[in-house]
Amino acid sequence: MSILMDSSTPVIVQGITGREGLFHTRNMMAAGTNVVGGTTPGKGGQTVEGVPVFDTVREAIAATGATASCIFVPPPGAADAIMEAATEGIELIVCITEGIPVIDMTRAILTVREAGARLIGPNCPGICTPGQGKIGIIPYQIFTPGSVGFISRSGTLTYEVVALLSEAGIGQSTCIGIGGDPIIGSTFVDYLSMFESDPGTQAVVMCGEIGGSDEEDAAEYIKSMSKPVVAFVSGRTAPPGKRMGHAGAIISGNTGTAQGKVAALQAAGVPVADTIFEIPGLVKEALTRISSVS
Amino acid sequence: MKIHEYQAKDILARYGIPIQPGRVAHTPEEAEEIARELGGPVVIKAQVYVGGRGKAGGIQFGDTPEQARAAAARVLGMDIKGLTVEKVLVVSKLDISEEYYLGIILDRKSQAPVVMVSKAGGIDIEEVAATTPEKIIQQPIDMRWGLRPFEARDILARAGLPHNVIAKGGAILAALAKAFIESDASLAEINPLALTAEGQVQAADAKILIDDNGLFRQKEYATWAESEESNPLEFEAKQEGLTYVKLDGDVGIIGNGAGLVMTTLDMVARVGGKPANFLDIGGGAKAEVMRKALTFVARDPQVKGILVNIFGGITRGEEVARGVIMAQSELPPGMPIVVRLSGTGAEEGKALLKDAGLDWGRDMREAAQKVVAAVAARK
Repeated sequence: MSILMDSSTPVIVQGITGREGLFHTRNMMAAGTNVVGGTTPGKGGQTVEGVPVFDTVREAIAATGATASCIFVPPPGAADAIMEAATEGIELIVCITEGIPVIDMTRAILTVREAGARLIGPNCPGICTPGQGKIGIIPYQIFTPGSVGFISRSGTLTYEVVALLSEAGIGQSTCIGIGGDPIIGSTFVDYLSMFESDPGTQAVVMCGEIGGSDEEDAAEYIKSMSKPVVAFVSGRTAPPGKRMGHAGAIISGNTGTAQGKVAALQAAGVPVADTIFEIPGLVKEALTRISSVS
Repeated sequence: MKIHEYQAKDILARYGIPIQPGRVAHTPEEAEEIARELGGPVVIKAQVYVGGRGKAGGIQFGDTPEQARAAAARVLGMDIKGLTVEKVLVVSKLDISEEYYLGIILDRKSQAPVVMVSKAGGIDIEEVAATTPEKIIQQPIDMRWGLRPFEARDILARAGLPHNVIAKGGAILAALAKAFIESDASLAEINPLALTAEGQVQAADAKILIDDNGLFRQKEYATWAESEESNPLEFEAKQEGLTYVKLDGDVGIIGNGAGLVMTTLDMVARVGGKPANFLDIGGGAKAEVMRKALTFVARDPQVKGILVNIFGGITRGEEVARGVIMAQSELPPGMPIVVRLSGTGAEEGKALLKDAGLDWGRDMREAAQKVVAAVAARK
């Protein structure tokens, strides 16, 4: 079991004929993802990697029945691509693009909400269900199918921690990079609630970082969860007022510090790893506690 | 991106918001000339990228052109929080009877720009927010419409602004929202919005931050970028397309992906070292980018050792190793480098490093320990 996607999910790639779009379409297919087509305005009628290219998302859905989309459109047109997908009825939108103007996202978010679509990202590596496939750019080979859900605000940190989990024999149900921008489609709480009701997930690992208050909101939500959550927060050494790579990773005044997030999570009873190397041990402890209860 | 007060006011003026007449001066002579053109008393305001310049003596007055020249001579060259004042804004002095606060900030929680208005203007709004939050009226902007004039007037009325300010102030707030949205701002403040003795409503001070992601289409504002003297390396890094943040330790750090680099900084601190910087080379970096990153980090004279931590996905380990080897001849002699490679191309990369006699760590922790030990040995 998994959340949001599996090997049957029909996926289109918006920006499929671009360098990134093409490269990752190939990788997604190799991972078993059901890529059914793609769009690039003006290149409709072509075929890439054996799937049809359309000018518009409307045409792509009509011809393929796609329900999910992966967006590689460059920043100037990315928010428009999100709105196109949402308006035409795509249910799951994964936006990889980094560098979208925040003002554009404030508009795109409204369209996504009105359409009732689910948006992952932007500025994210995407989603992966081991053994089923992936939507996005996460390196598939590091994953092991299993029962631990994984959510993180960072891409490469996701790979690092997932590799540690796999090495420790802990498999994953679904892994999601939620995005490093200040305005993202879905937050930790959204994914935690999906994992809470997913029968294939027994525990969740959450990797947060400085900036905003999503981790604090997650801590509040976790109090009501039946499944254990293990957390890690990066940016303990980050100075206030500096954007640490991610547009959203910035401490403003006293809000958004790693220390505040760690304290909120601990107060909610969440074990917080000091370094990523402690995460597998904490997950094993949490899983042992579940099995001793049941 | 930060911009100066005079630039922020330039933007406001384009949207019809009243500002005091005036210009920027780089010398006391220029200030005198501007004061003479304006006629009457003037204010000389230091143009630096930090707050609190008034308390630091960066705002002075002159009743005559000669006094303006003397005031400018005092302010120019002044050090304010580590920044040297290189230009001053010379404007006509206002006879202010009341001061209000108008602000718009991008709010993560409401996922929209949020308008903030307070009757208590002219002072630090964060202080008002902390001590008397009830004095601030907040309202998210519905991005389908922008801020409509009636909404702007309603916010001002709720904030308790007097009748004679509602119409003019409402037009100014609506214009500020339009300027915010069209300029890709992440913050826009008029503090204070001044009600003058003659009943005029004007932006007496302004602050705007531009979203870096919007600079590709804000071409004019992008040319306004200036080096902050406290961080010349950060400014240069940005021009070179590197994501670099200067810190105050001695271990240079390079990695791929913001979260991984932040975690690497934390790891170095954890094993007893002090990070000198944050540098993210991004995804898919080639050898040349790695070489550039290394030589860049080494330019910070505080750096006594460098840790390179790469988890290869679209970035390939052998490209990273090649870049490290290329950079070696350009680095200060004896500069220790420890590389940690994992993922795509890691084995090929390690083989290259081994041939070149370079050190590596099995994982992030071992690499951090090695570089911290090497830095300690150089002290």
